[in-house]
Amino acid sequence: MSILVIAEHDNKELSPATLKTLAAAQAIGGDIDVLVAGEGCQAVADEVAKADGVSKVRLADNAVYGHFLAENLGTLVAELAKDYGHILAPATTTGKNFMPRVAALLDVAQVSDIIAVESADTFKRPIYAGNAIATVQSEDAIKVITVRATAFDAVAAEGGNASIEAVDTVIDNDKSEFVGEELAESERPDLTAARVVISGGRGMQNGENFHLLEKVADKLGAAVGASRAAVDAGFVPNDMQVGQTGKIVAPELYIAVGISGAIQHLAGMKDSKVIVAINKDEEAPIFQVADYGLVADLFDVLPELEQAL
Amino acid sequence: MKILVAVKRVIDYNVKVRVKADQSDVDLANVKMALNPFCEIAVEEAVRLKEKGIADEVVVVSIGPKAVQEQLRTALALGADRAIQVETDDMPDSLAVAKILKGVVEKEEPQLVILGKQAIDSDNNQTGQMLGALTGMPQGTFASKVDMADGSVNVTREVDGGLQTVKLQLPAIVTTDLRLNEPRYASLPNIMKAKRKPLDVTTADELGVNVARTVKLLKVEPPAERSAGVKVADVAELVDKLKNEAKVL
Repeated sequence: MSILVIAEHDNKELSPATLKTLAAAQAIGGDIDVLVAGEGCQAVADEVAKADGVSKVRLADNAVYGHFLAENLGTLVAELAKDYGHILAPATTTGKNFMPRVAALLDVAQVSDIIAVESADTFKRPIYAGNAIATVQSEDAIKVITVRATAFDAVAAEGGNASIEAVDTVIDNDKSEFVGEELAESERPDLTAARVVISGGRGMQNGENFHLLEKVADKLGAAVGASRAAVDAGFVPNDMQVGQTGKIVAPELYIAVGISGAIQHLAGMKDSKVIVAINKDEEAPIFQVADYGLVADLFDVLPELEQAL
Repeated sequence: MKILVAVKRVIDYNVKVRVKADQSDVDLANVKMALNPFCEIAVEEAVRLKEKGIADEVVVVSIGPKAVQEQLRTALALGADRAIQVETDDMPDSLAVAKILKGVVEKEEPQLVILGKQAIDSDNNQTGQMLGALTGMPQGTFASKVDMADGSVNVTREVDGGLQTVKLQLPAIVTTDLRLNEPRYASLPNIMKAKRKPLDVTTADELGVNVARTVKLLKVEPPAERSAGVKVADVAELVDKLKNEAKVL
């Protein structure tokens, strides 16, 4: 049976999470089609067609998919799903939003947030905020799966030459509509794709002090993240939150500054390759997962670090 | 307007979970259980809508063995008016829960259904969306703001890129994110009062829902442990280690 992967994109560019989801699809094995649903998203389809291991790109380009409303996207994917054995999407806020609707419309379970493929029907996924890893086997005819992108290495973005086929199905609804969005604009790399992430916690004391982190981030080409405590306190916006319910990151280097290390936060970053913790409280739980710990006042350390890099 | 809130009994979020020695599941024997934190936020939002005069009744529902009545009483103490327990032997999966909730929705006909975005045990993040698909109701997931209007609701959602607002025609489904509100603590008089509020019991069978699972749990393991590394004395040593030992700079 073949696999349908739902591409994540912003109508202009393909998200790297898609290439990682393609890696999970390859681990399952079989022909891989990719659905690009959006509005004015031909460029995304062209990009997907070049990705390694894609058989066919199915392009649903219509205003009704422009904002990826779950009501429209879920029904579209459920209609296309009947030709496939597996439906995969990255476990982003978009994937999490529409994929359970796909599963329910197909009357099957969804396997959320897989981190490993054991076989075509058996997967590993974290439960209890990553404090346990479950191995689950799906008996459903169509397996609806969301993929934790950080757990898979991206397939090559170049080298493929898939055909692009238009999907004419138009699914609209009169019960939900897009009103607006406030998207964070940043020159820095995306949190979930950055090689280095530097995050601040409650210890940063206020939003202005995040400039100290940003200066270090600029030296390292790093993304800037935050703990839930810092977001709840209003220091920085929600899209910066790293944790069980925020973004899951696994960079080469993660620097936690003024973060105590609540389970909630650790669930979002403990798969990073190298972890550095900077905290003046030497009892902070973050030191139990850090490869390098520096017990010191972050307001002394950050300017020094900026100079030293 | 009537609001239905679905709540789940889960391990208390402060408890560190342990995997059973035979790897069959996590060990929940003698572990403190609580209302799922996201469900608590859902109850709080519904109660606030009632306090503002927008809602006139808040009904809470939970699915599972008799023990879930404890969490229903908690929700009643937080301000819900009445409770429904849908009795099942075990905790069913998300799809079965969504089917059961669909049965409750058809009976109760709420204008708004509020659920937590995910339970902190299975971390699935599915039920609200599945209920949406089964009932044909629109959904506003991961809500950080809920603005009721006449016949519709504007939901501001926490998405990866920032915030998105959608307008939903009622009846609609909202799933809560962390920053929607800060739940209150139940006062002692309210805890006492909650004991006298109505709590009806029904079953999945009565609602005609088959709760058999199609996803089998084969094994549960502890995650790969990270061990604590070394403490460095100063910034110079840190940068040196990152350059020459970890080779990440």
